[in-house]
Amino acid sequence: MAAVTSAPGRGRRRQLRVRVGEHPIGYLFVLPYVVFLAAVYAYPFAFSVYMSFYDWFFAAPGAEVERPFVGLGNYAAALADPLVHVAIRNVAIFLAINVPITVVLSLALAAALNGVVPLRAFFRGAYFVPYVTASVAVVGVWYWLFSGYGLVARLLGPLAPNPPFLVNPRWAIVMIALYVTWKQLGFYVLLYLAALQNIPRELYEAARVDGAGWWRSFLAVTVPGVRPATVLVVILAVVVGANFFTEPYLLTGGGGPDNQSISPVLLIYRYGIEQNHPGYAAAIGVLLVVGVLAVSAVHRFVLERE
Amino acid sequence: MAAIVDRDRRAVGLTTSAGGRPGPGEGRAWRGLGRLLPLLAGAVLFVFPFYYMVVLSLKQRPEVGPAGVVPVGLSLRNYADIDQAIDLGRSLVNSAIFTGGVLFCTVVFGLLAGYALAQLHWRGREVVFYAMLLLLALPFQLLLIPLYVLVARDFGLADSYLGMVLPFALNSAAIFIFRQFFLQLPRELFEAARLDGASELRILATVVVPLSRPAIVTAMLVTFIGPWNEFLWPFLITKQAALQPLAVALANFMSNVMQREPNPAGALMAGAVVLAAPVVILFLFFQRQFVESSVGSGLKG
Repeated sequence: MAAVTSAPGRGRRRQLRVRVGEHPIGYLFVLPYVVFLAAVYAYPFAFSVYMSFYDWFFAAPGAEVERPFVGLGNYAAALADPLVHVAIRNVAIFLAINVPITVVLSLALAAALNGVVPLRAFFRGAYFVPYVTASVAVVGVWYWLFSGYGLVARLLGPLAPNPPFLVNPRWAIVMIALYVTWKQLGFYVLLYLAALQNIPRELYEAARVDGAGWWRSFLAVTVPGVRPATVLVVILAVVVGANFFTEPYLLTGGGGPDNQSISPVLLIYRYGIEQNHPGYAAAIGVLLVVGVLAVSAVHRFVLERE
Repeated sequence: MAAIVDRDRRAVGLTTSAGGRPGPGEGRAWRGLGRLLPLLAGAVLFVFPFYYMVVLSLKQRPEVGPAGVVPVGLSLRNYADIDQAIDLGRSLVNSAIFTGGVLFCTVVFGLLAGYALAQLHWRGREVVFYAMLLLLALPFQLLLIPLYVLVARDFGLADSYLGMVLPFALNSAAIFIFRQFFLQLPRELFEAARLDGASELRILATVVVPLSRPAIVTAMLVTFIGPWNEFLWPFLITKQAALQPLAVALANFMSNVMQREPNPAGALMAGAVVLAAPVVILFLFFQRQFVESSVGSGLKG
């Protein structure tokens, strides 16, 4: 009796399994994460693009306000804004300093660390510590190293720039670029170390048999061998580099001097939150992301074609 | 470069990076030194600011020039000063609540999601996984303004712990770690429990959670540094000093109050030591987990 009645039930269950898979409870388990991604990534992304076409501003909760559609108005205004120009120039200077130093130094340090080196774990740890430490804490040290009466300026004496590094219109953005390069370098050393482990050592032996010295085998074996890692390092450096905020906010006193070290994200904060023009700030954000995508696509194309 | 080759010559001791001509012992040692020197120079460059941070934080008098490097004239006064200025205890509690909330959500919901993405079979699993990869490529800075509108204005969560935690609640790097971990486990392990008639919740409690302890430790370490170090988001969302985590309180101290202190560098560095210490200590104890998971997320992400 029981067997007869349960047969159709079992059939239905099998049908359900075909439609939703073997473990429908998986939906329940993954639900919180999907809701999180929708609320914190997908919706704000769509909202950001939407807002950038409107003269959007904050109003009292519940108030009925008109936020007119302005089409590409925010974008046109952003592209004509002298502060946006300074911010873009600063990202360009930042990347021109940060990317080459990052690639050369992290590959050099990783190559020196690869294999048996005394104190290997100590070195690897020492390079990595700035990366895991709060930026607010290490920015503070840099401030007291490079400020007018800080250690570096005192040691350099008359050679130190005037006005001092952090309040010098030319040096401020350079100091930010050097700071971020220093802070992130350990992470890239680790990426290169992992890539170096994947180079077959027969290649080095072959190079040695051919009479190649250290430098030749570095150029002929190591550099091509880590190319995929180099693509990754460059793209990550560009993405991280275009988004600096804490550094101009704290190290150079809010993008100073005279806005000469301002960054796009600092501008987004200023316009969007301090001055209540979130629509305009969102347009700058969209432009920033499009720019970053374009720059990383060009880098990727150039590096992978070679 | 010949480093990989050198690995087989461990007996030699101080092996060198030089390929080509295998020189006599003395030349080898010189080349070893040639390789060690840049590494040491690099280490000094990376470690010195931390040394300077600690020494300045202990200096009784403001000495930020060359005298600041020498550890003499030390006291704990700067720690008392910064505590007076920003209430270290309360800031640390705020940091702990912010970080703890993120850790709790990430471990509970992240473990579930990682398990479902790796070991359970349900339609749309791949779609969810690839949608996740795509969404995570969006930079946080683009989402900043709309998230602020959403959390502070629409949800009314400005100046609240919930508002602080929300955008960080589930750390995706941790979910990758969980997923990778469960992918390595044989399916049979879970099938056997199912054949015994255990429900999925029971399997979760008796098989999945006890097995995934190492993955939980790694995921917690990786997740911890995010909210603990985070400045931008809690800075936007908290205007009340009583709710600010240490990173925000210290940044506000640096940009508004510091120059009025009798020993500004000392007070700031004392706060910096307190902010940096938990992460640095965790890092020293769990270096291997940090290193492996960062490389893993970098190569996959």
